[in-house]
Amino acid sequence: MARIYIFKRFERFWHWSQAALIMFMLATGFEIHGSYALLGWQKAADLHTTAAWTLIGLWLFAIFWHFTTGEWRQYIPTGKNILAVMNYYSVGIFTGAPHPFRVTQLSKHNPLQRLAYLLVKLFINPLIWASGLAYLYYNELAATKWAASAGLSLGSIALVHTAAAFMMLAFLIGHLYLSTTGHTPLAHIKAMITGWEDVESDAAAVTK
Amino acid sequence: MRTGIFMAALMAAMLLAPAVDAASDPGSAKLLKSTADHSQFKALQQEFNSGPEVTKACLSCHTEASKQLHKTEHWKWEYRNAQGQLLGKKTLINNFCTTPVTNEAACNICHIGYGWKDDSFDFTSEVNVDCLVCHDSTGNYRKPAGLAGNVVTKEMEFPPGSGNIIKPINLKKIAQAVGKTSRDNCGACHFYGGGGDGVKHGDMDSSLASPDKALDVHMDALGNDFACSTCHMTQGHQVPGSRYAPTAQDKGEAHLRGKAYKTNPTTCQACHGQAPHKKIAKLNDHTDKVACQTCHIPKFARGGIATKMSWDWSTAGKMGPDGKPLTIKDAKGHPIYTAIKGDFVLGENVVPEYLWFNGTVTYTLRSDKIDKGKEPVRINHFEGSAGDGKSLIWPVKIMRGKQAFDSVNKTLIVAHLAGNDDTAYWTNFNWEKAAAVGMAAVGEPFSGKVDFVKTESTWPITHMVAPAKDALRCHDCHASGGRLEKVRGVYIPGRASDHAGWLDTTGWAIAALTLLGVLGHGLARVLASRRNK
Repeated sequence: MARIYIFKRFERFWHWSQAALIMFMLATGFEIHGSYALLGWQKAADLHTTAAWTLIGLWLFAIFWHFTTGEWRQYIPTGKNILAVMNYYSVGIFTGAPHPFRVTQLSKHNPLQRLAYLLVKLFINPLIWASGLAYLYYNELAATKWAASAGLSLGSIALVHTAAAFMMLAFLIGHLYLSTTGHTPLAHIKAMITGWEDVESDAAAVTK
Repeated sequence: MRTGIFMAALMAAMLLAPAVDAASDPGSAKLLKSTADHSQFKALQQEFNSGPEVTKACLSCHTEASKQLHKTEHWKWEYRNAQGQLLGKKTLINNFCTTPVTNEAACNICHIGYGWKDDSFDFTSEVNVDCLVCHDSTGNYRKPAGLAGNVVTKEMEFPPGSGNIIKPINLKKIAQAVGKTSRDNCGACHFYGGGGDGVKHGDMDSSLASPDKALDVHMDALGNDFACSTCHMTQGHQVPGSRYAPTAQDKGEAHLRGKAYKTNPTTCQACHGQAPHKKIAKLNDHTDKVACQTCHIPKFARGGIATKMSWDWSTAGKMGPDGKPLTIKDAKGHPIYTAIKGDFVLGENVVPEYLWFNGTVTYTLRSDKIDKGKEPVRINHFEGSAGDGKSLIWPVKIMRGKQAFDSVNKTLIVAHLAGNDDTAYWTNFNWEKAAAVGMAAVGEPFSGKVDFVKTESTWPITHMVAPAKDALRCHDCHASGGRLEKVRGVYIPGRASDHAGWLDTTGWAIAALTLLGVLGHGLARVLASRRNK
């Protein structure tokens, strides 16, 4: 086993603050939706809005970071080895087979991860972002002729926002579980905290 | 001894001090707001034997006053709405005491005139206008029931032979002390609509004569102390803000001095504008759908005086074991049954009902056919919808009743209720006789058959504005089963009935399946790793 430095400081900060914000917004969001009462509606709505602006701010930094560092390339989807990875999670993981993907600094996500994260970044996030802003600024939106002619109602905006929230919830559950599938249950989580990932020694060509 | 001198000097200084102050500061002298002291007017320095004599004296200076008043609803008791319906007390039937017609001597003490006892009243008479009922500042002015709005200047027994003595009032003193209208003046009638304190409106009763801030932030006697006319800004005696011509939605700016506004000056927006919430700006986003009153009047009848919520005339006429008209009172001593009126349900601290209202109110008139198969008959109803672009969600009091109608002609009945005669219902308890006289008086046909029908009338809730801290909270409406549960056509976040059921079901199902899937996968991993060891 060797260690490579795979998650940089900003990336870790971004990941964990985004994780906390998303979980908090799921909790407050479904309270606003009326699924349960926890903090009280007003508090839930206030905090949900504050968290939304924080997350938007964070995203702006993250987008900037991805493009200036070139890290956005980590999310370019690839079909190479994707079947092998799928086979690993459905069969190999139970038989003790090695993971078919080797983590490197230039390629830190396996093909399934690339696809899943790309989906989050290009579909779920924008959907939540756009519908959430429309929700927040519904009054201003409704006052425009464009919205009126498009038949855009608060109900339809809320519907999209809620649907996107359910997608995020499903992603979160899967993501949380898959984080335990490293060579030890906490290996991936440790890597996400410290930045250092344990890898098979023969693959540890690039270490810091 | 020395102490004595010191004390005397101190007392002298204390006595002198205010005099010195007043001399050096002329502004501290009490400034009268009016330029006229009515007690100094020759025209008012005489004994008055009747109301019209006082009015004549008033008109000797205020030459145009009666002409102005003749144009008001307060005088005419008539109003034609935009749909062309003739409204006003003179013609409408409500589901409280129903109508003043044929009961003028009793009911018309709330007309701003003297002597409207029947059809023969002269609406062109200038001296028949009652100036004092609105401008008395002594609180001693009285218009006793039964005298058609006339006042008593010599002690009299009324009704004759009853032993009930009515004390005279001193018109000279009252006339010399006239002033601007106050809550007491307007309240003398408007607090008592429907035949008693708080009966009709629910948001207006005698508790508003001297309310605290919790009851009404504007009329708060120790605070803003608004008179009715502060909002109902009257010019030329024309009082704006009638519920016959309501403003359901005001998109105008706050009224500034010097600008000519054609909009109703009584609305909240006429002072507060369109974005009154400074601390929580999100609240301003609600004003496109929700009337100010909906959140800021959380309950009505909050001043300790009950309002009537329902009135069932069909049970009237019961006699007690003593053979006399029966009266039943509740624990607080308020009648909940009287033989002359039937059963009542009273309410205090009542949560309003809510509906879309666009300012149009349609009435069921005397001549309109009603259908008992479609109970309740709506005596009036507020029109509006979520989508008409003119409606807001308003709080209302819905008065529910059961009242007499002609079961053959299918019309509401005008009944002769009050009077010392053989046909008055309150004397003889005979609906047919009372209806025959009432219907004849208004020129409507009467078949002789009386039945009872359920009715509803709707009253806007707009007074008793609570302090901000007592306004509704988000969760009062943003919840299932909240205040606005029955209001459709608007998406209220937090209200389950607005949810797309399929989305919630699918969403939670996917989340649950994902969870089950990963738990199953995890369990399989644990089992596999044990077996592999």
